[in-house]
Amino acid sequence: MASYSTSEFRSGMKVMLDGDPCSIVENEFVKPGKGQAFNRVRLKNLKSGRVWERTFKSGETLEAADVVDREMQYLYNDGEFWHFMHPETFEQLQADPDTVGDAAKWLREQDIVTLTLYNGEPLAVTPPNHVELEVVETDPGLKGDTAQGGTKPATLSTGAVVKVPLFVSIGDVLRVDTRTGEYLGRANK
Amino acid sequence: MFQPSASLDHLKKRAQLLQQLRAFFFARDIMEVDVPALGLATVTDVHLEPLRVPGTGYLQTSPEYFMKRLLAAGAGSIYYLGKAYRRDESGRRHRAEFTMLEWYCLGMDDRQLMQQMTELFFTLDPTVAICQRSYAEVFRELLGVCPHRATLAELQAVIASQLELHSPLDNKSACLDLLFSCCIEPRLGTGITFVYDYPQEQCALARLSMNPDGLAVARRFEVYWNGMELANGYWELCAAEEQRQRFENDRRIRAANGLDVPDVDERFLAALESGLPDCAGVALGVDRLLMCLTGTKDIREVMPFADG
Repeated sequence: MASYSTSEFRSGMKVMLDGDPCSIVENEFVKPGKGQAFNRVRLKNLKSGRVWERTFKSGETLEAADVVDREMQYLYNDGEFWHFMHPETFEQLQADPDTVGDAAKWLREQDIVTLTLYNGEPLAVTPPNHVELEVVETDPGLKGDTAQGGTKPATLSTGAVVKVPLFVSIGDVLRVDTRTGEYLGRANK
Repeated sequence: MFQPSASLDHLKKRAQLLQQLRAFFFARDIMEVDVPALGLATVTDVHLEPLRVPGTGYLQTSPEYFMKRLLAAGAGSIYYLGKAYRRDESGRRHRAEFTMLEWYCLGMDDRQLMQQMTELFFTLDPTVAICQRSYAEVFRELLGVCPHRATLAELQAVIASQLELHSPLDNKSACLDLLFSCCIEPRLGTGITFVYDYPQEQCALARLSMNPDGLAVARRFEVYWNGMELANGYWELCAAEEQRQRFENDRRIRAANGLDVPDVDERFLAALESGLPDCAGVALGVDRLLMCLTGTKDIREVMPFADG
């Protein structure tokens, strides 16, 4: 596998550090005019999700990590594993609950999601930034209350619970931001 | 795509700054010298990589050696305001090509030059807060260790308590560089701080002398503005033989580190042998000075075409 020197580090680059695949978040070059140059690098451990900072002497290298992102279709959950399929090659992969993590509550069958693969095995699942999901449970809607007002919890078809305005009722399809869990609006056709 | 990386407003401030700098030196009878950016020889510094121009020589990392040849030739107090080049330097505060202001004042020591710089800073920003602190003082206050007396192991322990290092540093000077740039600079606060009396290991081209505590210190100072390194000055070393030994020492370290080992600049050493007048000198990054004056965080915003 190739290796990268500190001067080549860019955000998003995948490298191996202490045996784990990591993604570079930020790389800052620090050098006293007459002194040794360093790179202060923020990295995200792709297994644990932990972000931390490590300082390198400029010119030090890290091995590239065999990490790729692939768009795949979510098929179903068999009670233990989540199953995904490549829409063109029909290749199938399964991911365990640890790998799917919090993404599970946004996964709707047939949706296209991003699978991060490390040495060909799923490492993480990222849902689309915005999803449209149906409300399956919430307190009755308050007619006419479309302006300002409070919020209430609503359970979506995938099991996610989001805060919604009081006028939302069961059967509404909502647009939600999966990164923040925030309600964006109704998406009724 | 053709647009400059700096706003036109910043470019106007840049033009104004260059004008103010020249006026400052003109008023003090310090002569501008337009020395070459492309020279036959280069520096041997362990941590500076020059840009080599095949078949011709090197783009200069600073105008220092040419200027000292002029000083030895009797030019009097002089300044240079122009480009300097350093390979492999790129970041929010670095560019391979940048604008440097460097000047030498005959008969001054480092303390007097610091005073003159203070006048310059007040010319550019009459309200800026300025203080002077010794290197030992800031180290003791911010990290609880004496940089002159601390052993390598003690400095390594301080580093371990402050940050996570990918591989250990095996010499005191690199430890001091790391601690200063990552742990001290960000905590120097707003305004201008002169840091003076550097540890012996970091003397570069400065004279050594005894401080009041009986410690040998390098008569070198650095200037920080809002925690950003802005300038580096010396009470200049005039001893040719000591300078030659420092060069040879640099070359040994470069060879051991697998770096290019450039020839020593013999014409520079010949100038020292013929006699460099007593003087103090300082080099200042003009782009960074403009960053401070305009309150910008990225050097691209003050250079007309930072990305070429």
